Amino acid sequence: MNNLVVLPLFIPLFLGVSLFFFRTKYRLQQWIAGLGTIATIIISFILIGQVSKSGIQVLHMGGWEAPYGIPLVADMMAAILVTVASIVTLACLIFAFHFIGEERKGHYAYPLMMILLCGVNGSFLTGDIFNLFVFFEVMLLSSYVLLSLGGGRVQLRETVKYIIINIVSSSLFVLAIGYLYSITGTLNMAHIAQRIAEQGQDGLTTTVSLLLMMVFGLKAGLFLFFWLPGSYSAPPAPIAALFAALLTKVGIYAIIRTFTLIFPHQPEITHTILLWMSALTMILGAIGAIAYWRIKQILAYNVIISVGFILFGVAVATEASLNGAIYYLVHDMIAKGLIFILGGTIVLIAGTDKLREISGLVRYRPILTWLFFISALALAGVPPLSGFIGKFMILEGGVNEGYYLMAGISLLTSLLVLYSVMKIFINSFWGETLLSEGEQKSSGRGVLIPGFMLTALVVGLGLGAEAVMPYINQAVEPLVNPQIYIDAVFS
Amino acid sequence: MEIVMTIIAGTLFTSGVYLILSKTLLRIILGLSLFTHGVHIMLMSINGLKKGAAPLLDEQAASYTDPVPQALILTSIVISFSLTAFSLVLAYRTYREHGTDNIEKLRGQDHE
Repeated sequence: MNNLVVLPLFIPLFLGVSLFFFRTKYRLQQWIAGLGTIATIIISFILIGQVSKSGIQVLHMGGWEAPYGIPLVADMMAAILVTVASIVTLACLIFAFHFIGEERKGHYAYPLMMILLCGVNGSFLTGDIFNLFVFFEVMLLSSYVLLSLGGGRVQLRETVKYIIINIVSSSLFVLAIGYLYSITGTLNMAHIAQRIAEQGQDGLTTTVSLLLMMVFGLKAGLFLFFWLPGSYSAPPAPIAALFAALLTKVGIYAIIRTFTLIFPHQPEITHTILLWMSALTMILGAIGAIAYWRIKQILAYNVIISVGFILFGVAVATEASLNGAIYYLVHDMIAKGLIFILGGTIVLIAGTDKLREISGLVRYRPILTWLFFISALALAGVPPLSGFIGKFMILEGGVNEGYYLMAGISLLTSLLVLYSVMKIFINSFWGETLLSEGEQKSSGRGVLIPGFMLTALVVGLGLGAEAVMPYINQAVEPLVNPQIYIDAVFS
Repeated sequence: MEIVMTIIAGTLFTSGVYLILSKTLLRIILGLSLFTHGVHIMLMSINGLKKGAAPLLDEQAASYTDPVPQALILTSIVISFSLTAFSLVLAYRTYREHGTDNIEKLRGQDHE
């Protein structure tokens, strides 16, 4: 029992709700939201320390022991992801202070961002599969509102698409939980895992697992990603950055959790499908990323590529590849947040996101140029930045298991990622400037703090990989050996 | 009884999917809510309808009905209720902005 586990979702929820009462006091809202997120970050660091010292931390809510109550389980993977999610949210919040206008600040943008963080952290921490659904809904509901906030025509159209897709997939999620409950008679994930391991994973259970894979795939943007590029390019940059960094990653986390803990027994069916879906995701995402000439679309397709790449590591499911997948997941949350923040700033300064109409920003924005250059290299996986180590470990795991074709596809898509981000870099920063006198002085200063913060993390995660690796290794232990997780919940 | 309920759930799924695939926003939202109702009924029937007494300890009955699926359905109903309310508002606003409720005719910029 450890009450600290509940705080990463309680603090954002409590503050998010209390912010609703200060609708017009933007300054106060900013202070409360910023300090609350910093508190969440500190607590999640303490949580990482406790998990690394004394193993998985469990909190049985209301004192009801598992499997009767709802446990919150902080294993190392959850603790790391909570920390990174809170850090990225802080960066997006600080970016939003300068970026979003009064019309959004006055209509609860900050409280919704806090509640989104609560949903994300809750999804990472919960140990109950129905509770996972509830936190998904908390996260999705605030994302619907954040997406439609401001109410431009494009935003409304994309929200309609996004909401329809997500309601259908959430309904299927509830249905899959119902099937799983009727098969195993429990909702606690550790208990489900234990029972399926005892009675064997038969055809019916595998079918349910495929239904769950489809649901999480829809949320993560795995193969069924047709909704993603539109809805991630519609909202303003801070909100798009938050979505790109967090929302798909929660789907990936759910796939990792369910297919390592609950359904690892028939990899020849489930993991093969996962493998092919991830390969197709990478290929289609890469085609999209090189085809478009608009910054927002290119970045959105880059989100899709990395989803495919992480799940390639998950589908291989060896210790090495899972290490790589977790590492790359952490890297990708930070790097996607960073590149969306920087891309949004380019769009703000240039006034358009069409690459052919932007030119020569380096003359007036040298710092932005360098930040974008570093984050582009990190995305493509150039050493010594953080993307390289994750890619290397995933590929090493894949090649050791004989998946040469998939490894080739991932290397090729990495090259295309580099091409697509360099296309943005060359077109928008090099050449003669097209900015007029007034635009040269236009804002874009708010990007510096979050930009530096996340760039430092990307560089630090790459250079300090030696120090980070023990934590990643500990995160992978319960994934390779689910019994550790099960024992921790029932102890 | 479970079979009848399953058929009802199937009918709701079918009509829900049919409505979701139509082009009018209002029909799509109705389809979504039929679809979620189908899910709820399915959830109830796969876990068994009323099999015994109410799950209270002083009933002293031989068997009790499992209350968990009902609890799940209740939670899910609340969520789908709020989603339906939100999507209706969203549909109305979209209709006001675009001047149409035909999903094919929603356009952002002129050249799209």
